[in-house]
Amino acid sequence: MAAVCGTRGRIVSLRTPLGRFLGLGSAHEGAGHWTVQRMTAVAVMPLAIWLIVSLTALPLADHAAIELWIGRGFNPVLLAALLLAVSWHSHLGLQVVIEDYVHGRYAKPLLLLVAGFAHALLAMAGVLAIVRIAVRSIG
Amino acid sequence: MRSRPISPHVSVYRFQYTMIGSFTHRVTGVAMSIGLLVLVGWLVAAASGAEAYAAAVALLSSVFFRILLAGWLLAFCYHLFNGVRHLAWDLGFGYEKPEARRSFRVTVVAALVLFAVLAWLLFAARGAAS
Repeated sequence: MAAVCGTRGRIVSLRTPLGRFLGLGSAHEGAGHWTVQRMTAVAVMPLAIWLIVSLTALPLADHAAIELWIGRGFNPVLLAALLLAVSWHSHLGLQVVIEDYVHGRYAKPLLLLVAGFAHALLAMAGVLAIVRIAVRSIG
Repeated sequence: MRSRPISPHVSVYRFQYTMIGSFTHRVTGVAMSIGLLVLVGWLVAAASGAEAYAAAVALLSSVFFRILLAGWLLAFCYHLFNGVRHLAWDLGFGYEKPEARRSFRVTVVAALVLFAVLAWLLFAARGAAS
């Protein structure tokens, strides 16, 4: 496999010029999966810590107080961001685990499909719940 | 399906205890994927009104769910610190064997300490609330 060399013979990329031109990589999407998994990890970290620390100070059994907190100020935005990032991260992680350990002719694609749909539904249901509470707290 | 060559797997490697760290990262990740159901359920219950929320709180306050919630909290603490470890590796730090072993030990201790603090604040310090 030819490496693309820059000036002075320094290796710039291990991908072939043709592969680069055609946009080919592992599974035809290169490092996209890997990169997004890291990006969502970085997004989830501060948001998840923020949520858990916030929960320690909230009266969790008090519906009115919880509703007020979810809808207040910037909280719904941060909560929605957390939910989207964590759903995406969870999906990418579960996908890798399924691909590594499930090899059945039908089990593997079926599980990947279920995992994908489940995460999409969870993300939408969660964000919709946050929006409902936020709108109610304005109106 | 035609059997194709696959890369060497777990069974061909000599056991090293840092393997536990890698495996636990996956296990805690999958566990929290299931936990996501509870987080979304909690939000949906809160959006659905006081009655639905009270039912959710009653369910989550049960001993069964308290144990599960504590487990998810522990999983989060581990996945968090080991995730930082992974990101450090991705940036090219800590690849030497002694470093990898030390960062694993630091991860375990940090996770247990954070878990103890958060579990105390969430469960013990507030008494009866979920």
